[in-house]
Amino acid sequence: MAEVERLPYDVVVIGAGGAGLRAVIEARQRGHRVAVVCKSLFGKAHTVMAEGGCAASMGNVNDNDNWQVHFRDTMRGGKFLNNWRMAELHAKEAPDRVWELETYGALFDRTADGRISQRNFGGHTYPRLAHVGDRTGLELIRTMQQKVVSLQQEDHAATGDYEANIKVFAECTVTELFTEGDRVTGALAYWRESGRFVVFEAPSIVLATGGIGKSFQVTSNSWEYTGDGHALAARAGASLINMEFVQFHPTGMVWPPSVKGILVTEGVRGDGGVLRNAEGKRFMFDYVPEVFKGQYAESEEEADRWYADQNANRRTPDLLPRDEVARAINAEVKAGRGSPHGGVFLDIASRMSAEEIKRRLPSMYHQFKELADVDITAEPMEVGPTCHYVMGGIEVDPDSGAAAGVRGLFAAGECSGGMHGSNRLGGNSLSDLLVFGRRAGLGAANHVESGAGDTGIPQAEVDAAMERALAPVTAEQGENPYTVHAELQQTMNELVGIIRTEAEIADAIGKLETFKQRVAGVSVNGVREFNPGWHLALDLRNMLLVSECVARAALERTESRGGHTREDYPGMRAPWRNQLIQCLYTGGGVRLHTVDQVPMRTDLLELFEYEELQKYFTEEELTGLATGATTGKE
Amino acid sequence: MAYDARFKVWRGDAESGQLCDFTVEVNEGEVVLDIIHRLQATQAPDLAVRWNCKAGKCGSCSAEINGHPRLLCMTRMSTFAEDETITVTPMRTFPVIRDLVTDVSFNYEKAREVPAFTPPQDVAAGEYRMAQVDVQRSQEFRKCIECFLCQDTCHVVRDHEDNKRSFAGPRFLMRVAELEMHPLDAADRVPAAQEEHGLGYCNITKCCTEVCPEGIHITDNALIPMKERVADRKYDPVVWLGNKLFRRDKR
Amino acid sequence: MTANVSETPRAPLPESAERAGRAQLPGKTLRTDRWWLQPTLTVAGLAVFVIYAGVRAFMGAYYWVPAYHYLTPFYSPCTTASCAPGSQHLGAWFGEFPAWLPYGIIALPFLLVFRLTCYYYRKAYYRSVWFSPPACAVAEPRAKYTGETRFPLIVQNVHRYFFYVAALLALLNTYDAIMAFHSPSGFGFGLGNLILLLNVVMLWAYTLSCHSCRHATGGRLRHFSRHPVRYWMWTQVSKLNTRHMQFAWITIGTLILADLYVMLVSAGAFPDPRFVG
Repeated sequence: MAEVERLPYDVVVIGAGGAGLRAVIEARQRGHRVAVVCKSLFGKAHTVMAEGGCAASMGNVNDNDNWQVHFRDTMRGGKFLNNWRMAELHAKEAPDRVWELETYGALFDRTADGRISQRNFGGHTYPRLAHVGDRTGLELIRTMQQKVVSLQQEDHAATGDYEANIKVFAECTVTELFTEGDRVTGALAYWRESGRFVVFEAPSIVLATGGIGKSFQVTSNSWEYTGDGHALAARAGASLINMEFVQFHPTGMVWPPSVKGILVTEGVRGDGGVLRNAEGKRFMFDYVPEVFKGQYAESEEEADRWYADQNANRRTPDLLPRDEVARAINAEVKAGRGSPHGGVFLDIASRMSAEEIKRRLPSMYHQFKELADVDITAEPMEVGPTCHYVMGGIEVDPDSGAAAGVRGLFAAGECSGGMHGSNRLGGNSLSDLLVFGRRAGLGAANHVESGAGDTGIPQAEVDAAMERALAPVTAEQGENPYTVHAELQQTMNELVGIIRTEAEIADAIGKLETFKQRVAGVSVNGVREFNPGWHLALDLRNMLLVSECVARAALERTESRGGHTREDYPGMRAPWRNQLIQCLYTGGGVRLHTVDQVPMRTDLLELFEYEELQKYFTEEELTGLATGATTGKE
Repeated sequence: MAYDARFKVWRGDAESGQLCDFTVEVNEGEVVLDIIHRLQATQAPDLAVRWNCKAGKCGSCSAEINGHPRLLCMTRMSTFAEDETITVTPMRTFPVIRDLVTDVSFNYEKAREVPAFTPPQDVAAGEYRMAQVDVQRSQEFRKCIECFLCQDTCHVVRDHEDNKRSFAGPRFLMRVAELEMHPLDAADRVPAAQEEHGLGYCNITKCCTEVCPEGIHITDNALIPMKERVADRKYDPVVWLGNKLFRRDKR
Repeated sequence: MTANVSETPRAPLPESAERAGRAQLPGKTLRTDRWWLQPTLTVAGLAVFVIYAGVRAFMGAYYWVPAYHYLTPFYSPCTTASCAPGSQHLGAWFGEFPAWLPYGIIALPFLLVFRLTCYYYRKAYYRSVWFSPPACAVAEPRAKYTGETRFPLIVQNVHRYFFYVAALLALLNTYDAIMAFHSPSGFGFGLGNLILLLNVVMLWAYTLSCHSCRHATGGRLRHFSRHPVRYWMWTQVSKLNTRHMQFAWITIGTLILADLYVMLVSAGAFPDPRFVG
C-alpha cells in the first residue's frame, strides 16, 4: 500500500454543518487543535437548506414564552419519547446560543424595539423562531463559518499560520473510524479531489454528519445525507437509537419530477398559507388528533383570526406537528382528493398580496419561479410529503454528547438521537445544532484534557481500511452504483416510507439482504480523482447499514408514534413510550436491543397537566404523581 | 414531451481537455444539472461535477453554460431551443481540477483576508439592539450563497491572473461593505477596502450583478457605496491636493 | 498525543492564487448570443450625442429665441458679451468671445465631467469603447489591467464634486425654463415650454438619481434609524437610482430635443405653436 499522510489533532470534527462548526468553535476556544472534515466545500453543508428559523424561547415577541413552555412543546411534539434531559438542556440553552451568534455577526430580522424577531411555527405555542426571511440556515452556517475564519485570523496574528489551530479539510470523506478496545483513535479519509488517503489521529472525534435522507427516493436532503456518521459510529461499536422515526416533511414540491422532494418551508403556513384538497376544502380541520383536541382552531374563521390575534384565538390546524400534517396529506391523496400530480394544494396566493408574499417568502417565490416556473403569488403550490429528517441517531450522553459504547467518540446534530423523540418540531433542528454542537465540542475538549492516551494506529489497520475503500475501483467488473442506489431508494420509499405494514417491512428486510451482496459487488470505471461513481459506491455502504436499522426497528415497534406510522398498529401504545430500540452493528448486519428510558425527573413531569400525561404514560409510570398535583402552569 | 438534446461538455484536467459531444434525453421540467446527472448515470459515470442541494441554496454547482456563468441547478432546459447545442464548461477564472470541477480555494484565501466582525466592547450577548432598517442593507449581502459566479465573471481576475494577488473580488468587497454597514461593527473598514482589497480595480461594469443568482445588487448597493466611502476619506480634492503639494506622509 | 509523521498538514493543491492551471477553453468567449449588440448600440448612442453636442456648442448661433426667452441648455448660462441680448441671465462676465470658444464655457466642462465620471456612463464606455470587458464573460483585448487604482482613472473619484455643480446647474436650467414662460406681451406658453420643462424634469431625475447623491443624502450613514429624514430621502433617491441608466439615456434624448427645438424655432424653420401669448 502506498504511503499515507498521518495527521495528528486533538479533536477531529466530521461534518461542517451547524453542529460541526459549533463544536469546532468550542474545542478551539478551549485551546485545542481541531481538524474539521467535510464532504462538500466549506460552507455548503445541508444546514443552508434550513429555512424557517431557530427555536429559542427568548420571549421577544410574546413574553409569556420561557424554557418550560418550549420544553413542553418539544416533548409533546416528540410524543414524550424524547430524551427529556436533552429536551431540557435544549430549551434552557437555546436563547444563549442564538444571542451568541449575534456576537459572531449574525443579523436576524428585528422586532420594532430592535430585538430578534420571532415567528410562529408548527407545534410551538408562541412565536419562537429567530429567523432571517426564509434563509435562516444560510445565516447560521455563514455566521459560524465566519466565526471559524475569525478564530483563524487570531491564530494567524499570533503564529503567522491561519491553520495553526483549525484546519478545514473540505471535500474530504471519512470512510472508517479506527478504534482500540472501546476507544476511538482516529479516522481514515480520502480527498474527493485526488483520491489520496489521509489518516487523522485524534483522541476525540465528533460526528456531525447529518441525516440519512438519500436512502429514500423522495427527499429534501442533498447527496451528502447518506448516514455516514450513523454508520461510522455503529461500525465503531456505538449504538443507534430511535431509527424507526423518520420525519416526512408534509410540504415538499411534487412537480416537475426533477424537483420532487425539494422543501417548501413551513413558514408558508406560519405566515398564512393554507392546505386545500382538490375540492378546495381546508381539510386539516378534519385531522386534529385526539391528543391535540381543544388546542387548535375548530373553524376557518377562528383560524384566520389567529394570525392577527394569537392570544385570543387558537391556531390553525395547518400548523399541527409535521407528522400529523404529512399523514393527513397522505390520506387525502389516497382518498382521491389530491392535486393533479399526487399532492395537495398549498395556497398563499389567494390570502396575501403579491408584494407581501415576495417580501415575506422571497426564497420560496424564487424557488418555485426558477425551478418549477410556478408563480406562487398567482397560483397555489402543489405539495406532498418528503423525507426530511431522521429523529434516530447515535445514542449519546445528553450533557457531553459522548457516544454510548465508544470512548472519545461524540455526536451532535441530526446524526445523534434522542433529543426529538419520535418527531421533531420545526425550528428545533437549528437550535439543536447550536446547543449540542457546543456541548459535544466541550465534551471532546474535556476528553482530550483527561489524558486520553496514545492514539497510534497500526499500519496494518490503515492498509486494510484503504483496501476496503478501494474495492469498487479495483473490482474488475460489477454493478453500476447508480443503479443499486436507485433501487435501494425505491425499496425504502415504498416499503419503509411514511405508512408502514409488517408485510412490507419484512419484504424490505429481505431485499436489503440481497442489496448487501450487490453493494459489496459494485464497481466503478475511471480514475480516483473526483470520481463521483466511486464516492457513491462508498456512500452506499453507509446508506445500506442505516436502511437496515430503519427497517428492522420499524418492524419491531408495533405502534404508531410520531415519525413511525404502522397501518397494522394504528395509534400510540403507552407501554412503548419509554422503550428505546437500539441498533447494534454485528459485522454482517444489525441486531436490535430494546431498553427502558430513564424516567423523567418529577419537577419536569410536574410542568404538565396530569390529564395530558395520562394520554401518553402508563398508569404505573404516573403512580406517585397525585392527580391534580401538577398545575401545568409556572 | 421528452426529447434528445445535444450537449458539449468540457472534460479534462489542468494539463489538457476538450469539449465532448453527448446526445442525452431531456424531460419536462428538468434543469441542466439533471442532464449532467443523467450523463453520469448512463454514459459517463466518472464525469466530475460539484453539486449539493440542487435547489439554488448552496451555490456549489457553478459552471458556465453557453459561455454564461450560471448555477447548473437553476438553469431550466426550457430556456433553450430543442435543437440548440448546449455547451457546459467549468468556471474559467479558477484552476480546473477535473471536468466541471474547479479549485475555488482563491475565494477561501480572500475570505480570510477580510477582518471578521468586530463586536462592540460594551454590549453583552443578548443585549444587541438593532433596528430593522439598519440591518437590512447588510442582510441583502448576507443572502450570498458563495457560488463565486461573481468572482468568476469579474474581468479583473478572469482576464488577468496577476490581479488575483491584489483584488478580493466582488464577493469579498461586498463582505467588506456588509461589515462596514453593520450597525454594531466596531472596526473601520474603509481604508483597507481601497488599499488591501483592491476596490480601485473595480470599474463597475456590473457583470457581478448580472450573474448573481440571488439577485443581490452587488454593484449599486455594495461596491459603489464603498467607493463613495473611500472618496469621503481619500479623494476629497482639497486633502488630496494638500498631500500632493506638501508631500505629507500617508497614514 | 503522538505524531507518527512530523510533517505539517498539506492541502491537496498548492495554495498560491498564482497557479494558473485553468481549463483550456476555446475562444475568448463561448457565448452564443449577440453579446456585441449592446456595446455597439452604446457606442452609436454616445457618438450621436458627442457629435451633436460638439457641433452645437461651437456653432455660436440659434441658441436663443428672443420673443419667448427660450434658451437652449447648451448655452446656459450665457455669460459673454457675444451672447445675444437678453440671453445673459446672469450678466455678461466676459468680453467678446472668439468664434472658436463656446459661449457655454462656464457650464459645459462641468456637465461633461459630471457625465464622464458618472457610475453609469463609466460602465457604458468602459464596456463599449474600452472593451474592458466588451460584455460579461467575454475576454478583454489587453494584457494589463489596473482599473481605477491609479492615474488617470483614479480621478473618477471626484464624481461627487461635479454632482454638486451639476445640481446647481440644474437649478439654473429650472430658472431658465421658468423665465421662458414669456411672450412679447408678458406671460406666454408654447410647445417650447413643454419641451424645456420636460428636459428640466429629466435632468433633475438624472442628477438626483446619481450614486453620489444617494451616498450624500443618507447612504453614508451607519444608522438610518437615528436619521429618519435622511433615511426617507435616501429611500426616495434609491428608488430613482435603480433607473439611473434610463435617466442617463433619456436626458441625452431630451437635451438634444430641447436644443434642436430651440435651434429650429430660432432659425425660423417653423413658428413655435403657442397656447398663451
